[in-house]
Amino acid sequence: MQSDRNDLHNSFDIASAKLRCADLRRRVLDLSQRVSALHIGGAFSCTEIVDCIYHGLMRDPDKPETGDTFLISKGHSAIIQYVILEKLGIMQSEHLDGYCTPDGLLGVHPDIGNPGIAASTGALGHGLGLSVGMALADKHENNDRKVFVLLSDGELQEGSTWEAALFAPSKGLCNLIMFVDANDMQGLDRPSEAMPNFYPIGAKFESFGWEAVEVDGHDSDAIFEAVTSRKGDRPFVLVGHTIKGKGVSFMEHVAMWHYRSPSPEEYEQALIEISESLK
Amino acid sequence: MRNTFAEAVYQAAKSDPRIYVVVADISPAGAISEFSKQWPHRFINTGVAEQNMISISAGLAMRGMRPFAYTIATFSLYRPFEMVRNDVCYQELPVTIVGMGTGVVYSTLGSTHHAQEDIAVAGAIPNMRIIAPCDPAEVTHAVEYCAKQTDGPVYLRLGKAGEPVVSDDAVDPWEFGKIRYLRKGSDVCVITHGSIVSRALELVDYLNAQGKSVSVISAHTLKPFDSEGIARALASHDQAIVIEEHAPQGGLASLTKQAAWDGGVTCDLRTFTLKDEFIHCYGSHQDILAAHGLSLQALIDGVS
Repeated sequence: MQSDRNDLHNSFDIASAKLRCADLRRRVLDLSQRVSALHIGGAFSCTEIVDCIYHGLMRDPDKPETGDTFLISKGHSAIIQYVILEKLGIMQSEHLDGYCTPDGLLGVHPDIGNPGIAASTGALGHGLGLSVGMALADKHENNDRKVFVLLSDGELQEGSTWEAALFAPSKGLCNLIMFVDANDMQGLDRPSEAMPNFYPIGAKFESFGWEAVEVDGHDSDAIFEAVTSRKGDRPFVLVGHTIKGKGVSFMEHVAMWHYRSPSPEEYEQALIEISESLK
Repeated sequence: MRNTFAEAVYQAAKSDPRIYVVVADISPAGAISEFSKQWPHRFINTGVAEQNMISISAGLAMRGMRPFAYTIATFSLYRPFEMVRNDVCYQELPVTIVGMGTGVVYSTLGSTHHAQEDIAVAGAIPNMRIIAPCDPAEVTHAVEYCAKQTDGPVYLRLGKAGEPVVSDDAVDPWEFGKIRYLRKGSDVCVITHGSIVSRALELVDYLNAQGKSVSVISAHTLKPFDSEGIARALASHDQAIVIEEHAPQGGLASLTKQAAWDGGVTCDLRTFTLKDEFIHCYGSHQDILAAHGLSLQALIDGVS
């Protein structure tokens, strides 16, 4: 069992996580009203995962030189990272207000150098390799930093992901913790229908030498428990089974919400549903 | 060049623990073997996984390291192109991408192993710098430069092995971003880069025998390109001859023409490059160069 459970992580409170995730979804919805479209479906599918990483698992996310690192390899969902960074005070509300505007810093995909952003991602299949390089350097430096990285399930179809997946256990990178937002929905098809041999996901990683678990990716408690009770002697992957558009009934499992802003009426309806989910 | 590169990296690594060598299943030549024994954790073999080689190098650089990603040029640049572009160049990381065996030096291996448009490809990416040393001595200068980089990538374009040193008596010192006169004459200016300098020097011998006073320029830095230096060279000779082992587009030949236009220089400019073709011809390096129109006789015919 990992020692990280014994320090700051005892403070991860599941009831607070539920409230926070509702807040995060509301903030994304607010921002959706300022832009013609945004990647709301994939942001809502990984909300609990990214919230747990920042609030339950990472050490010193505000210290890029010494703290743990998080990379969002499915860069199109960066909006969820932005709103979490805002909540943590690492990004300011002005940054979010300038989202996708010529005078702002933030675009759809994360850009290295912006507050709290460790890597420029957006093209799929890059984040795991970058994370492996960082984890390798940390291991050689004998520091206790960890690298957390989030991939989409579609991203597992990129060959480069498997190059890195094969390499990481060979180097004993137990400081590398990966998450898969398995929302079973991508541009054209559901992978479960179009590519059934894609499954099981966790077992594929296990056969490559990873420790793998598959949990409900909207169950903050399950995510936190799975990561903090990992053996920790090899790279770890959590496959979170999620729902694209989670939290808003008309977005859930509906492909067009990959990249779309709700109308004012849809926006109001979405806010009501999120509030009701807390009752 | 390969062994000199290895030795230069080994020397740089002695005093700089940030230097890593990341390879994709290529045998450690020369001192790289010593490097891998002395600092095993700084020698990383990703196996036949070039995308991973580049992404891992970028990740190492994001943690402050100075990796050299090293394999045969087609595999260090073409195969992982998007990793070179996004992970290394877009993020402006100090990774040196080493392309070994450039041009058509892997003659019998065919076009899958010929890096004949690599300068055009690498040069099209923002933030990329390109160095193509003409001999082992320039390789040492280039590696010393790359090892000290803090904020950006370099594509280091190497030949293979056995190139002679031709810059011992160079007129100018090696300086990144500046053309370098190896010899200074007054009539004809021969501009080149990389290991085909030896073919260029054969032409120079011929021109000297014809009574011509010939300058020889190593244009070792292709990006940023010393357009002003080239324009001055063109303006100060009766004839300029570009010889390069690269496609006609996006390399020294087109950069020189561009510099002439931008600098408002008119001169007798002859360019000799590889053809814009995949050549289905197998033989020695010299055979393939000849098939591309780069035999000594073809050059002589072309400048007369």
